[in-house]
Amino acid sequence: MTTAAKSFDVAVLREDFPILHQSVHGHPLVYLDNAASAQKPRAVIDAISQFYSSDYSNIHRGVHALSERSTRRYEEARIKVQRFLNAADPHEIIFTRGTTEGINLVAQTYGRKHVGPGDEILITGLEHHSNIVPWQMLCEEKGAKLRVVPVDERGEVGALELTDRTKLVAIAHISNALGTVLPVREIVEQAHRRGVPVLVDGAQAVPHMKVDVRALDCDFYVFSSHKLYGPTGIGVLYGKKALLDAMPPYQGGGDMISSVTFEKTTYNTVPYKFEAGTPDIAGVVGLGAAIDYVNEIGLENMAAQEADLLEYATAALSKIEGLRIIGTARHKAAVISFVLEGVHPHDVGTILDRQGIAVRTGHHCAQPVMDRFGIPATTRASFAFYNTRDDVDALVRGIEKVKEIFR
Amino acid sequence: MIDDLYQEIILDHSKKPRNFGHLENPSATAEGFNPLCGDRLTLQLKIENDIIQDVRFVGGGCAISTASASLMSEMLKGRTRQDVEKLFESFHQLLTTDAGQAADLGKLAVFSGVREFPARVKCATLAWHTMKAALENSREKVSTE
Repeated sequence: MTTAAKSFDVAVLREDFPILHQSVHGHPLVYLDNAASAQKPRAVIDAISQFYSSDYSNIHRGVHALSERSTRRYEEARIKVQRFLNAADPHEIIFTRGTTEGINLVAQTYGRKHVGPGDEILITGLEHHSNIVPWQMLCEEKGAKLRVVPVDERGEVGALELTDRTKLVAIAHISNALGTVLPVREIVEQAHRRGVPVLVDGAQAVPHMKVDVRALDCDFYVFSSHKLYGPTGIGVLYGKKALLDAMPPYQGGGDMISSVTFEKTTYNTVPYKFEAGTPDIAGVVGLGAAIDYVNEIGLENMAAQEADLLEYATAALSKIEGLRIIGTARHKAAVISFVLEGVHPHDVGTILDRQGIAVRTGHHCAQPVMDRFGIPATTRASFAFYNTRDDVDALVRGIEKVKEIFR
Repeated sequence: MIDDLYQEIILDHSKKPRNFGHLENPSATAEGFNPLCGDRLTLQLKIENDIIQDVRFVGGGCAISTASASLMSEMLKGRTRQDVEKLFESFHQLLTTDAGQAADLGKLAVFSGVREFPARVKCATLAWHTMKAALENSREKVSTE
């Protein structure tokens, strides 16, 4: 008898995802746009539907049964996230609208309090626009400087140069455009030696690897539910409790206060201090269901399948004449960005789409990465555990068709 | 379906764009940018007596946007502002409605396949929007003199 709740059989697991079983332009759908957003298993769709059908009400302070049930479901999800990240305390988990809001929250609270004229914020050349622009806005407001750790030919980041003026380091855990896995533990250690806190953008990491915020020792960690097979519109900011306690609030409103008079408002404790207004309650419940689903399958099983796909796809695509893979870091997630000689990625994307293959084309919200490699855009195939080697074969055939049209 | 989009003439113009380069003394210049795909285009016009005498463009983009710029450039010479604006209107109709009058459009009719690919309409119109901006730039210059 096996003890695993669910054995890892991709063909069986694909049945959990209703959307995958359809034809697009007369071909079976091959979904290779997982780095943009992952599809949702039945368990998540049903959890949201069930919640709205039987338990839904506004949360906190309600004395009636539905409000108590909804509050319980909401707070249970917080504990699921806490355990998922191995955070020390559920109060370190703040629900946001997504990764972008989590970064903006830290920039506008911790950042505005601690960054001043002449100070520096350090990011890497691999960042998504959402981990660039909030810091640029802060630097502009404060007269601070945004410094960028350069990226090499493989798509790996160089050494950090911290100075006495560095007030914060903000880095991706995995690059969305190239798939590079950054050495977060080492970067945190280096920053901490100078007493500089580190924010990690984990949007691309949480669906693909076990993240332990205490082992990483990062100060802030942000991610989005929708890339983790959960609903859109919900995300998480993890922050060390002492830092969160000392931070000013982000938005003012209901739920984030303890008492209000016209003279003086006392703010609530964390995490509620940062959760003004009625949150996306069903979204949080859906995220909880997504975490249950991922735990049931096992992140290590998912990661193993994705590693196999990365290896298989890298070998297969490398054989295609005129195709160049952008991003060849030694430690990579299952993301393959490529350019095809003589064909613009937008044309590649359209021709693949007509064969039922969904990829992303463009700058992937990482224009500085494109500039680094001197290209306007790439075509990006990004894999999830529910993808198969057949999907890779379909992609290869699709690219051959592109070449045939553009020969 | 896909062959309706990537017709031979479009592939030919995308690989060997006509009127590619710069003008010596342009009457107007404009830059176009499609943030969706990162396509950039710089277009120059030489206008005399309200008639477009010459046109050049540089820039990189997808096959549709490059071919559109190239084929457009061939259609502009000898036409007045008004002619050109009318032509853009018909071209836009061709791309977005079933009622496009392909007959007036000459070679531009090859873009009728774009209609089936709504995400690509912007690629086909980038050069035209840039040309319109260039015309407006030149008008501004005239009015300030």
